[in-house]
Amino acid sequence: MKITVTVNGTDQARDVEPRLLLIHFLRDDLRLTGSHWGCDTSNCGACVVWLDETPVKSCTVLAVMADGHRVTTIEGLARGAVLDPVQAAFATCHGLQCGFCTPGVIMTARWLLDHNPDPSEEQVREAISGQVCRCTGYENIVRSVLRAARDDGGDTG
Amino acid sequence: MTHAYGPVPRKEDARFIRGQGTFVDDIVLPGMLHGAILRSPLAHARIVSVDVTAALAHPMVVAVLTGEDLAERGMAWMPTVFGDVQAVLATDKVRFQGQEVAFVVATDRYAARDALELIAVDYEPLPPLIDALTALDPGAPVVREDLPGGNHIFDWSAGDKAATDAAFAEADVVVGCDMMYPRSHPAPLETCGAVADYDMTGGRLTLWSTSQAPHAHRTMYAAVTGLPEHKIRVVSPDLGGGFGAKVPVYPGYLCAIAASEVTGRPVKWVEDRSENLMSTTFARDYHMHGEIAATADGTILALRARVLADHGAFNAVAQPSKFPAGFFHIFTGSYQLRAAHCEVTGVFTNKAPGGVAYSCSFRITEAVYLVERLTDMLARELGMDPAELRMRNLLRPEQFPYTGPTGWQYDSGDYPRALRLALDLAGYDDLRREQAERRARGEYMGIGLSFFTEGVGAGPRSQMDILGLGMADGADLRVHPSGKAVLAISVQTQGQGHETTFAQLVAHELGLSPDDVDVVHGDTDRTPFGLGTYGSRSTPVSGAAAVVAARRVRERARLVAAAMFEAAPDDLEWLDGKWRVRGDPDQAFGIAEIARAAHSTLELPAGIEGHLDASAVYNPPNLTFPFGAYICVTDVDPGTGEVSVRRFIAVDDCGVRINPMIVEGQVHRGLADGIGIALMQAIAFDDTGNCLAGSFMDYLLPTALECPSPELGETVTPSPHHPVGAKGVGESATVGSPAAVVNSVVDALAPFGVTHADMPLTPANVWRAIQGRPVRTDLAIS
Repeated sequence: MKITVTVNGTDQARDVEPRLLLIHFLRDDLRLTGSHWGCDTSNCGACVVWLDETPVKSCTVLAVMADGHRVTTIEGLARGAVLDPVQAAFATCHGLQCGFCTPGVIMTARWLLDHNPDPSEEQVREAISGQVCRCTGYENIVRSVLRAARDDGGDTG
Repeated sequence: MTHAYGPVPRKEDARFIRGQGTFVDDIVLPGMLHGAILRSPLAHARIVSVDVTAALAHPMVVAVLTGEDLAERGMAWMPTVFGDVQAVLATDKVRFQGQEVAFVVATDRYAARDALELIAVDYEPLPPLIDALTALDPGAPVVREDLPGGNHIFDWSAGDKAATDAAFAEADVVVGCDMMYPRSHPAPLETCGAVADYDMTGGRLTLWSTSQAPHAHRTMYAAVTGLPEHKIRVVSPDLGGGFGAKVPVYPGYLCAIAASEVTGRPVKWVEDRSENLMSTTFARDYHMHGEIAATADGTILALRARVLADHGAFNAVAQPSKFPAGFFHIFTGSYQLRAAHCEVTGVFTNKAPGGVAYSCSFRITEAVYLVERLTDMLARELGMDPAELRMRNLLRPEQFPYTGPTGWQYDSGDYPRALRLALDLAGYDDLRREQAERRARGEYMGIGLSFFTEGVGAGPRSQMDILGLGMADGADLRVHPSGKAVLAISVQTQGQGHETTFAQLVAHELGLSPDDVDVVHGDTDRTPFGLGTYGSRSTPVSGAAAVVAARRVRERARLVAAAMFEAAPDDLEWLDGKWRVRGDPDQAFGIAEIARAAHSTLELPAGIEGHLDASAVYNPPNLTFPFGAYICVTDVDPGTGEVSVRRFIAVDDCGVRINPMIVEGQVHRGLADGIGIALMQAIAFDDTGNCLAGSFMDYLLPTALECPSPELGETVTPSPHHPVGAKGVGESATVGSPAAVVNSVVDALAPFGVTHADMPLTPANVWRAIQGRPVRTDLAIS
């Protein structure tokens, strides 16, 4: 099937198999390898990207379902060399170790802060409860998101 | 002294937060093909025939490999990391559900999977051996006809049986219990995979793979493929977690290699999550019976344990070869006692191979769990507070170095200080008061303690090896003319932050900034030989090698500086990161100035020919022995059996902390591991050998909702034999925390008369414990 997906602001027209998963479309067809594939069953969240404005687990979305829509991946988050405050906070607060879950977590966290600029710790934990991290025990991820919430309001570096 | 230690941000993060890491599945080579593995649906069956005709007819399929094809290349079997053999692709029979049977190579990821459906395998089912407790029964199905021992792998013991029995005979109190440490899986978020690229003209193989031990893997590939070792390059790029799951060599890696040889094209193989959970190395699976003997006043006299170890279908435990039960015999834990004895029997079953993984420090996880559960049971029996009982029996600081009854020499420790700190952080007395008040109201709150000692950082190489390779590690340090340095190390990061911590180690020794030191790792062509990252050995072994190399650079710099000063080397002193003339500290040269001089036309004295570069191989004189005190507070709903972890207090002593931020992050992970292992994670099997945890729908991992904010404390007792006094810490919390969680839940359930319940303490298992009707947690509930 012929589809056109606007990925990180650029229209991408491809002829794809109807069964192609969005994660593989992004990773294999577009070579955007920042989003990762971790479980197949929508449990781990390593593959989270935004479909229009909504975070989705791209391992359980077909590429053809994104036809005519916008997809935003981790590669589209920074503005040039300027990191998003969530990205910066993850480095500042040691919110990652192996880095495999990180892009998905960051995409979910950015969405949270866009909709709730001042979340409580509980709200952060609830928001990232669909993201599995095997390295951090989540503590520093939570701290990173709360830090980013503070940084969103001020200068973002 | 300049101080490069401290919570400096990680160099690794810049790429990961942008999604610019390079994991194995991110690698794409020109002309690359995709491989997929056909796996056995049965746990035990004879292979009658494998028909690949239809698969080969698929228009996108390039090749199909079977066990027979590999046998022609001498690659149907491979050595395991423990000296057994394991089928790469099955030729005679399949021995566990998920075992590798055939390998399809296609031009597309999806087509390779499609073609698996086109392979027809005729299996003759055999009765499976699933319950390890029946493995040695007469008439039990035999898993390994290829071995003389049938299902029996080893009997092993440690300690003094006679002295232990004598101590038990004298004891006022003896408490014992059967306890199962269930099979779990490390489940790093990145599954295993490889890209093999065999260059026919040069006879050279490059393998990018998810390996925690690239050098050891290279040696093994040379043995299996027949390629000379200098023609093999193994690269571990960024790894999405390891936790011991990426120490073994898996059949998929060898299939990718063989397929690249056959097709002449690069071949990528990446397993999916089900394959990962069902076929790569599991952890634990220890059926333990432990007993503890004590006097009536609470002095522990002796411990003994009998263990039946389920190793699955092949003996592929990743641990030093002289230790068939790993370091389990450190099961005397942190206590002074008169005698101890343990016996371990290993058996084969029709399950996936493995056993040593998931941050277990070579089975110390099981050992800590045993002794800490028994200690709590003893406290209950004696009517003593478990904290008081532990404090009474902990080794005292003046006893170090301490040689335990099973032969381990603990290097250093101040155990009472760590336990006191944990109790203070927890507000222990207040917690006990609160617990009493809640119990009076019919609420079930638990307080669980665990005190652990680990031995980490294998070798020494004369005592510890894997496949005959002694466990020493190298470091090469080059200092460029401008004073910027590149450190090449044998160990490989899977998230531990080596690129940062090792730069800090070198910078600290040379008066540089960590920014001035780049760390190269994970590429056998670019790094010195070493055994890799597992068993918390990077800092104790490779970190020590880096420090020794840096100190050699510093000594070479002393000679150059002496020439620069026109002074005798002995007249110089190293102060605040520079060589200075003794008595005239204003005359000083730093490494950058000295490196420039070393590369210049300056006439140099004997003993140094030019640049400052140095190498080291570090053979540790002993393990390092980190320790800690953990307290877990839980609330249990007796109606549903649901456990909520309210607080987790952890005091860790890993000696000198090079980057405390990274250390704390590792402890955070281990505490979450403890919650997952104790409360939700287990790989059970039904009686036909079906794996009941083949996806994250069934194998539950803790999320941010189950993990409370940890409350950490630290004490610092340097290791006397490590060059900077550091000890390993990567596994500490995974080793120490499960016992604290279980002790907490059992404590909560004390009003019901519950003295023990096996992990995982799922709501159903807790509820059954309350009802007094526990079930085997390793088998399907019928």
